[in-house]
Parts: sequence; C-alpha cells; structure tokens
Amino acid sequence: MKRLTWFNTTSLTLGFAFLYLPMIILVIYSFNASQLVTVWAGFSTKWYGELLRNEAFLDAAWVTLQVAVVSSTIATVLGTMAAYVLVRAGRFWGRTLFSGMIYAPLVMPEVITGLSLLLLFIGIGLDRGVLTIILAHTTFSMCFVSVVVSSRLVSFDRSLEEAALDLGCSPFQAFRLVTLPIIAPAVISGWLLAFTLSLDDLVIASFTAGPSATTLPIKIWSSIRLGVSPEINALSTILIGIVAVGVVTASLVSKRQLMRQDADEKAAVRAEA
Amino acid sequence: MPETKFAPWTDPNEKPLIQFRNVTKRFGTFTAIDDQSFDIYAKEFFALLGPSGCGKTTMMRMLAGFETPTEGTILLGGRDIAPIPPNKREVNMMFQSYALFPHLSVRDNIAFGLKRDKLPADRIAARVDEMLKLTRLEKFASRKPHQISGGQRQRVALARSLAKGPKLLLLDEPLGALDAKLRQDTQFELMDIQEKTGTTFVIVTHDQEEAMTVASRVAVMDDGRIVQIATPDEIYEAPNSAYVADFIGDVTLFSGTAMNRAPEAEPIQETAEAGTEAAPEEAENPETETVDTPKAVTDIGVPVEPEAPISGEPDAPEPARAEPAPAAAPAKAARGPQPNRMGLWLHDKLWAKVFGPRTDIVRQLPPPSDAERTLKSAETEPVSAETSRAPGGGITIDWAEGQPPLIALDGPEVKDGQQVQLALRPEKVGISKTKPDAVNALKGKVIDIAYLGNLSTYHVELENGMMIKAQLANTRRISRRDITWEDEVWVSWTGTAGVVLTS
Ligand SMILES: Nc1ncnc2c1ncn2[C@@H]1O[C@H](COP(=O)(O)OP(=O)(O)OP(=O)(O)O)[C@@H](O)[C@H]1O
Ligand SMILES: [Mg+2]
Repeated sequence: MKRLTWFNTTSLTLGFAFLYLPMIILVIYSFNASQLVTVWAGFSTKWYGELLRNEAFLDAAWVTLQVAVVSSTIATVLGTMAAYVLVRAGRFWGRTLFSGMIYAPLVMPEVITGLSLLLLFIGIGLDRGVLTIILAHTTFSMCFVSVVVSSRLVSFDRSLEEAALDLGCSPFQAFRLVTLPIIAPAVISGWLLAFTLSLDDLVIASFTAGPSATTLPIKIWSSIRLGVSPEINALSTILIGIVAVGVVTASLVSKRQLMRQDADEKAAVRAEA
Repeated sequence: MPETKFAPWTDPNEKPLIQFRNVTKRFGTFTAIDDQSFDIYAKEFFALLGPSGCGKTTMMRMLAGFETPTEGTILLGGRDIAPIPPNKREVNMMFQSYALFPHLSVRDNIAFGLKRDKLPADRIAARVDEMLKLTRLEKFASRKPHQISGGQRQRVALARSLAKGPKLLLLDEPLGALDAKLRQDTQFELMDIQEKTGTTFVIVTHDQEEAMTVASRVAVMDDGRIVQIATPDEIYEAPNSAYVADFIGDVTLFSGTAMNRAPEAEPIQETAEAGTEAAPEEAENPETETVDTPKAVTDIGVPVEPEAPISGEPDAPEPARAEPAPAAAPAKAARGPQPNRMGLWLHDKLWAKVFGPRTDIVRQLPPPSDAERTLKSAETEPVSAETSRAPGGGITIDWAEGQPPLIALDGPEVKDGQQVQLALRPEKVGISKTKPDAVNALKGKVIDIAYLGNLSTYHVELENGMMIKAQLANTRRISRRDITWEDEVWVSWTGTAGVVLTS
C-alpha cells in the first residue's frame, strides 16, 4: 500500500469533511437532550420516542412508502415497454420524435412538470391525494427507467430472441423467458432509481399532494419552516441509516456476485486444461 | 452399379423439399441475394460455400423466417413459407454467433426447445442427456455459457439446434471453432444423425474440405448469386467457371486463345522430339519424378501419362483415375473428371455400406471423343515412343508468347479464337528433371516447396514468369529429395487433366 503524502491526506480530509460534516452534526444533535437545537444538554434518545408517537410523521412516512412502491413499479413496467419499443421497433414513423420526447422530462424543470400536472388534475377534476402523487411520480420516473433499460437493450444481442423464436417460443414467451431475465439487472436498477426519486421528491409532490395526504419530504419541509426541531434530526438520522444500510448491502451483494462469477470462470479455465 | 445412389436432383419425379423461386433479398439498396432459384431435396446435406459477405447467412435466415424475401417465394414441401412465423416452422437453426441464453445452464439451453413442446419431463431429460453425450458436454451440463470455452459453446449451440430433431436443420458454420479431430468426429456424427433421422441439412462453411466431406451437394456462392450447384466431386473436377475452380481447392489458371484441333491424330513436334529421351528414362531413371506409369499404358503407347500424383498411400486401392485398366479401357482412363481422393475415401468408408460399391464413372461424361477413338485404334498397333503423338481432337490454347500451346482433349465446344481458361489442379501436374513424354510439358524453375506431410507442393515458375503448382504424394520417404529450390524442372500433365473454362 502506498503511503499518502501530506497533500493527499489534507485534500482527502477536507473533501470528506465537506461531504459528511453536516450530516455528522445532524446525527449528533438528534441525540441531544435539549429542546434547543444549538445547545448541547447531554445524550438522550427521547426524540426518537417522540417521533414514534407523532402520528403526522408516521402517516406521512406511510404515504411516502406507498407512493414510492406503487409509482416506481408502474413506471418500471411502462418505462421498460417504452424502451423495448423504441429500441426494437426499428424505424417507424416518428421514432426520433418519440425517443426525444421520452427524454424531455429528464431536463424539464420540476416546477414546470409539477405545475402542469397540477393544472391537469384540476382540469379533469381529480381530487389531490395519494393517487395524484402516484400518477405524478410515475410520469417523471418512467423516463428514467426507460433511459436505463434502453441503454441495456441497445447492447442486447437480438439473435437471442431469434433463437428463442426458432426453438418454438411465441414472441411474448421469448420476451418473458429470454429477454426479461437477461435485462433484469437493468430493470431492477431502473426500479430502484424510480423508487429513490419518488422517495425524496419535494417539488412535484408539493404541487400534487392534497390536504388528505402529505409525503415525508413535504412534512419535513413544512415543519422546518416552524423551526428545526430535534425530532426532525431524529427522523433524518433514521433516513440516513436506511440509505446507508441499503447502499452498503447493494455494494456487498454486487461484489459477492462479481467474485462468484470470477471463480466460476476460473473453474471453467481449469476444466479446459 | 448401385441403383440406390442418392441423387434425387437427377430424378425429375422427385419433389424438392425446399424451392427457391426467383428469390431476391435487398437491404435498402443493397442486394444481398440476387434473383436465385434452386431446389434442395429431402435428406440432402446441402453445403453453402462462399466468401464472407456473399449472402450465406441471409439465405439461411430467410429459411428460418427471420428475413422475408423482397421478391420471389420460398416453398417448403410445396407450401409458401412467407406467412409462417419462425416459431411455427419445422426448422431449427444454429446461429453463427451461437446465441446461447446466458442466464441458462448448458442443460437448460439444450432443453429450451423441448420444453416449448410441452414434452413430459423425463422425455426431455433423456433427450438432453443424449445430446450432451453426443457433443461430449456431460461434464459441463450445469455450467453457464460464460463458464465454458468457445468450442464448447459451439457444441452447445449445435446440441440445442439438434435436440428438437427438426425436418430441416440450418447450421451456420457449426464447426468452425473445433479442433481438427473433434471437427472430423462431429462431421461424422452429423452425417450419422442425418442418415438415422433423415433430417435435411443446410450447412454454411468456410472450410471447403468440410463441404467436401459432408455434403451431398455444394453450392458455391459469389456476391448474392449461386455460381454452381453440384456434387463435391463434380464441383472439384468439373467447375463451371474460373471462380469456382479457384474457390474450391488449389488451381492454376492459364488464360489463352482456343483453337480447335484437327480430329486426326497429328504428331506433336515438341513431344515427339522429347520422347526420344524421356520415354526410356521413364522406366529406369530414378530422376523422373513421377509415380511409375503403369507399364501396360506405356506399352500401348498412350502418351498421356505420367499421371504422377495419386493417392497418399501406395498400397491403398488406387483411385480409378490413376489406374487405367490396362488395355481394357484406356479411353475411359484418359477421360476426366473423376472423384477426388476425399470423395473416394468417403465413399469407401461411408456410403459404400449404404449404396454399395462405387462406380468410378462420373455422371455426364462426354461421349468418346475422336481422340479416344484414335486411342482405341492405337491399342492394336504398338506405337514406339519415337512416334509418340497426342490424339487428335480437343483444342489448343495459346497462352503465352514463345511457349508451346497447351492441349486439352476434352471440354466444352469452343470457337476458334475464343478466350478460354484452363484450370489445372496441382495434383494432376507431374514434375520431373528430364523432359517427360507428355502431351503438355513446360519448363520452369522450382521457387518454393511446401512440405505437407503426405504431400509436397512445388511452386514452379515457368519461363514466362507464371507460377504453377505441382503436388506430389510423398510415397517414399526420401523420394524426390533431389528436386530442390532453384532446380530446372519440367512440369507436365495429360491432355485431359485440365478443365477448359469459358467463363
Ligand atoms: N440486416 C442487414 N442490413 C443490411 N445489410 C445486411 C444485413 N444483413 C446482412 N447484410 C449484408 O448482406 C450481405 C450478406 O450477408 P450475410 O450475413 O448473408 O453474409 P455471409 O455470407 O453469411 O458472410 P459470413 O461468411 O461472413 O458470415 C453482407 O454484405 C451484409 O453486409
Ligand atoms: Mg454468415
């Protein structure tokens, strides 16, 4: 292992401090016994207890989870279908237009997306609530799924589907038995992306959420306007914990998979010799 | 003569399994297949041969249903297959890229097609085991495709396409990645399967030896067109164009102007003069670098030998070409074309059991030419070497300034002054240090010798700078050591050794 020079050490420290210091402060203050955020009054976990008794927060968390799961699932189905058609259908009329339009919402300012959805829902007389948030999130996260999946499909060897057809599959069977299992990793990461986007979306959700349903980000945002409370710190710490566990698990799993594949290939080479 | 010889294409009553009717395939403005019509018969082993990009895969993809002809129709068993989707066709294809399912094990890859047929599980398992055994993949059954070698992948692809036992099997370069031994074994396995199941095979290969080994007929393609369809021996011995001659095997091509020869036998100055020394030497002089000419032939003075390059093993039954039945049928012996060694060997090893012993008369032999009639009459009166002469008939080909014209005794009708090419296989060219008594003999210098174990190929530069190849069997261990680089030699061949091509 190479030793780090003082320059490298310093820049590394500064960089990480910049990234993580705010979060560390937040985590520390979530264990503050005092009501005041800026005054340390000893260690306590009481704010976590408070949080569990706070109905409003729990409701918001439940809504957020529902919205994230449902919208990302619908977005994955629709986005995969769109990607498949755009990559596979060859050159049909208006193909370029369609594929351009799929990517447009990615660069569209969220405020505009939110506003236009709001106008649409008012126009068709849909009451704002969980359903409208789900619809809104599906709309914008579908594009992300479609981008992820179509980049995988472009490199997908078409002759695999042909082989499946040749061996007696109907086109739908070929998709289900061959294409889908092979592009599954891309579909799953598309889903995860849609899920996280939905989880932390504030702008679009605040346009489309109604009094009957608020999501966690909206709840946090609105309570911050009344002043930062240690409860919010506790909630944020929990979220950080969840994300950290998720990221670490995902990287461990993919590392394990890589290692196994490596070992498999080595075994194959040995069998050769 | 066996009546059961497999040649449905010669039988006008036979119904072809596949009929291409004026099939054209275009990709945009590019024409991949250009107005092709041909038939493939049931139980055939039809080989497509041709340079890269000539349209072989496209042809197969149209049969499998992945491409539709731009024009024309393809009939399978008399029915237009255009409206039948690929999954409903009784056709399986082995892809050039293998197209193995990466998420399935070797076993599941092979079982994939069988499972679609909803066969009972034990039947599927039995069939998969059979395929694994056939392709020697038992040890790798539970591996994924990325965990096996290239050759093993190719075998999985082959096993997968064979598993369903289709009526028509399309193999796109099925054996390219296998080593020589395994390839040969697999070729025989394929032929065995074909014989047992009666499956019709269409196979693409870049390896012409493979095409020669397995195919009942070979189609040589060039640029979207089939140039010639014929049995392997015909295509080798009687190519219809310089392109085919050049594509299949080694060949030397002489281009020149043809002149019809007088039907009467006429003395050939050069050979007559050469004969004075060459003929006696032929018998005793070890310098003559040819396999000994059968004595009987010399006796009757047929001046068409030396027929040097015959089979590799001297004690193996000689191919008929090299063994003119003495006196009995010299005319027949002098006539080309005859099956090549591969064809003969194959027949003896494989087809003989099915179709009976071979006959060495190739189909579509020309009627005895005047030359041969002359020969026949010559049998009665012994002709001495001094009066050695080429039989009449045939053509002469003026091919180079200051070089004697070449004599070809059979071939297509030509007009005087027509441009023709003479295609000459290296194994039909003899090589000697002294001037042999042959119809065609040219002087040259050895530039290169390629030693191929059982054969040696001599690259000889003729006096006008043209290169000609002569191939000789290394029958004796130290044979022909004395011909080496830079030696002045004579190359010679008979009047019927070459094929006259007009296109
Ligand atoms: N989908 C396609 N679009 C455009 N051109 C194509 C397409 N498929 C094939 N071609 C062209 O058609 C020609 C014939 O292709 P094909 O794949 O049949 O060649 P091949 O004889 O199988 O060659 P190889 O021996 O290299 O496999 C090639 O010039 C190729 O570029
Ligand atoms: Mg090809």
